[in-house]
Amino acid sequence: MSRIKDLQKNLFGGTTSNARQFGMIFTLVAIVLLFQIWTDGLTLTSGNLIAVAAQYSYILILAIGMLMVIVAGHIDLSVGSIAAFTGIVVAKAMQEFAIPWPPAIVLGLVVGALIGAWQGFWVAYVGVPAFIVTLAGMLLFRGGNQYIGNADTVPVPTGFRQIGAGFLPEVGPNTGYNNLTLLLGLAACVGVVWREWKARRTRREMNADAAPMWISALRLAVMVGVIVFATLRFAGGRVGTSLPISGIILIALVLAYSFYTRNTVGGRHIYAVGGNARAAELSGVKLKRVNFMVMLNMSVLAALAGMIFVARSAASGPQDGLNWELDAIAAVFIGGAAVSGGLGTISGSIVGGLVMALLNNGLQLEGVGIDKVQMIKGLVLLLAVALDVYNKKQGRFSIIGSLLRQFRRDGPASPPSDPGSATTPDKARVAG
Amino acid sequence: MTDAPVLLEMRSITKTFPGVTALADVNLVVRAGEIHAICGENGAGKSTLMKVLSGVHPHGTYSGGILYQGEEVRFGGIRASEQAGIVIIHQELALVPGMSITENIFLGNEPRRRGAIDWKAAQRRALELMELVGLQEDPDTLIKDIGVGKQQLVEIAKAFAKDVKLLILDEPTAALNEADSRHLLDLLRGFRDRGITSIIISHKLNEIAAVADFITILRDGRTIESLDVRADGVNEDRIVRGMVGRELSSRFPEHTPHIGEVFFEVRDWTVRHPISADRLVCKGSGFTVRRGEIVGFAGLMGAGRTELAMSLFGRSYGVHLSGQVFKDGKEIQLRSVAEAIRHGLAYVSEDRKAIGLNLLDDVKTSMVAAKPSKISTYGVIDPVLEHRVAEEYRESLRIKTPSVDEGVTKLSGGNQQKVVLAKWMFTDPDLLILDEPTRGIDVGAKYEIYGIIQKLADQGKGVIVISSELPELIGLCDRIYTVFEGTITGDVPRRDADPELLMKQMTSTKKTPTP
Repeated sequence: MSRIKDLQKNLFGGTTSNARQFGMIFTLVAIVLLFQIWTDGLTLTSGNLIAVAAQYSYILILAIGMLMVIVAGHIDLSVGSIAAFTGIVVAKAMQEFAIPWPPAIVLGLVVGALIGAWQGFWVAYVGVPAFIVTLAGMLLFRGGNQYIGNADTVPVPTGFRQIGAGFLPEVGPNTGYNNLTLLLGLAACVGVVWREWKARRTRREMNADAAPMWISALRLAVMVGVIVFATLRFAGGRVGTSLPISGIILIALVLAYSFYTRNTVGGRHIYAVGGNARAAELSGVKLKRVNFMVMLNMSVLAALAGMIFVARSAASGPQDGLNWELDAIAAVFIGGAAVSGGLGTISGSIVGGLVMALLNNGLQLEGVGIDKVQMIKGLVLLLAVALDVYNKKQGRFSIIGSLLRQFRRDGPASPPSDPGSATTPDKARVAG
Repeated sequence: MTDAPVLLEMRSITKTFPGVTALADVNLVVRAGEIHAICGENGAGKSTLMKVLSGVHPHGTYSGGILYQGEEVRFGGIRASEQAGIVIIHQELALVPGMSITENIFLGNEPRRRGAIDWKAAQRRALELMELVGLQEDPDTLIKDIGVGKQQLVEIAKAFAKDVKLLILDEPTAALNEADSRHLLDLLRGFRDRGITSIIISHKLNEIAAVADFITILRDGRTIESLDVRADGVNEDRIVRGMVGRELSSRFPEHTPHIGEVFFEVRDWTVRHPISADRLVCKGSGFTVRRGEIVGFAGLMGAGRTELAMSLFGRSYGVHLSGQVFKDGKEIQLRSVAEAIRHGLAYVSEDRKAIGLNLLDDVKTSMVAAKPSKISTYGVIDPVLEHRVAEEYRESLRIKTPSVDEGVTKLSGGNQQKVVLAKWMFTDPDLLILDEPTRGIDVGAKYEIYGIIQKLADQGKGVIVISSELPELIGLCDRIYTVFEGTITGDVPRRDADPELLMKQMTSTKKTPTP
């Protein structure tokens, strides 16, 4: 058992918080294999993979923002409505005022930022729970979409459609593959090798034992193998198709936000606020600003996702973005984030989102109706989180569980009480 | 009185928590129909003993026996002890603010008729109980609309609704004003005349001396003595002596202070409570700290020491009304925590789990949390540097952890406290405010933390130690301020520091002239 654990830890470079992701990656692989067999190999064809990437990239973009919102201890129910609202504003702007598409995209992002500032203001500075603020926003901006668009669809010009339905151009010699996608794949391979090498060097500088060489090699082999496979599939589709532009946007965002959440002070502050807001505040973290920025960022990403969706469907409509918030939230929780905040990773949320996406896709390929797909997705979400709760109760890798034990252990210390809170106005009382 | 039958006997109760012995061989004998007071400093084990008695710490988690009404009892939880007629009323009242007096009295114990709550009977019974405790109110009044004193009476009425035989009151008068306190104490005397037994835990020694028949004194989790108030002619001084003990053992590392100039001064610091506008938690407090000096703040709970510290530390508590802060002769503004950190202040909170640490973090992340700019460039964290910093503190503070990547919850209380100290040492402070730095940690770790504090002072930093343990302050500090009800009532240099003197200044509004 401990050998397996060691392997798991070494392979995925993980601490306890990665344990659930580890499980999710296996779930993902299992789902892929299951559908691959069930659909007679249809799941992993070039055409299907390209379609999945184009169809679900905007949900995954939302999951990035949602992860940060949930880590900070909030929730955002308004992302679908914000996406729809931004979509119609941008579509109308291009249709009525003949704004070219590049400034229209900037306009969309600005609209997202303004909406985010509005919601962030209520959450961070007034102190209204995000659940309420964004529930209000959900109604407000859904209504706004229908008001501006007259509850009608508005088409968007071809140039704009590139961000949702576009592909990398065909350049260079005819290799039978999309050359730019091949180059991207090559860059990704170099990237993971470089990262592994750097990680080993860092471990050495910390005077810690790096994982054995064969573990590194195995991990690299698996990752490079997956990248090569994906590259060939995405590059080898119908001529004129490749990794979709929206997929490239998604990858860029994942890389940037992963770096931000893991390696920067700002990212760390989000986790600090979600883990213990009062402690963060007493450590000099600007609580209000963090909350404000997290909400603002979410709305900007929602605006981007909305524009990508509109671009893909060539028009903005009143039903755009319906229930997106639920998909994004589900992805984040399946990906291992804690409901109480402070825990979760971008990569986990992406894995969670991919689980949902491939489940959706595979069931649809099999011709399972939307009704049953929803039921299955609901059960998967419940099971994923229930399994985690169960594991905690069993005392296996348990994050929250270990915290509770800790509280019980320190009986003689006084019950935690906050001198600033309203219920215990007196100084925290000393047991004894 | 001494002829009355023994109602309760707790025999050699020992209760340990990992790393800490909270109770060691404690004995308590309570006779029927008496008021029995339990005294002791904060952390002496009073509350733990009551938790053992009421089943909060169920049978099997402690050793020793409890005899109640002549029989050995083994309570598995609060419900079991309440069924036996033992009711404990905690400092934090367990009332639902949005419910009426009647509803609260019968909460969880509602009189029923054919499955539905019989509100008529409840109302009738509530009126009887309210008369019993001397509470004149409409029983339909909501709890939030009556004062704390009356809320306390509702709690007692609630206890009587459960047919109480032994009433335990934990700091019942801590939040009450004079008149309410007097009423409550009269009530206890009335109960005694009716044969109801009470155990009272209180810091207000004058009240205890006035109302109690017997006093059991605990110190460091041990029974020190049991006094018969009438027979032994017990007064306050006698109780204080028992509480603080005579000897100050060598629980502190040897230290020769190197005290420099005054570098930090607070003048006329007045802060009001965050919610009640008319309640001042700091009343014109002023104090000074010299370089290399360890300054103690002594006071009972609720005296306003934490409030003073937190309001200084970037206005983290209450509403600032007036006051100035000077550092190195210049006035400084401390409007936010970030500003306070920039000016070289550090505050180690009294409750490291609730507000001191993010319990989801690992050791190294916790250590750099208050000044991440030191391990980052343009906001990007340098993991190697972070690791190196954490390793340095792990070594110099001798923090016992398998690695700095370990979650902080895996560490013992003492080691967690060292992590918090490291976190604030990392901010390069000039003045460290340590609020109850040794709470809930064992003797060995305390010794090490005292050593760290002394080392910090020797580096020329000023250190303020807020503690509820007088021996700790006397053993550690170069000078001690006493605080009572938001006012600084004394400034006692080390050579004059004496538990009895301090205790007196901590419990009286009158400023005792500094000897």
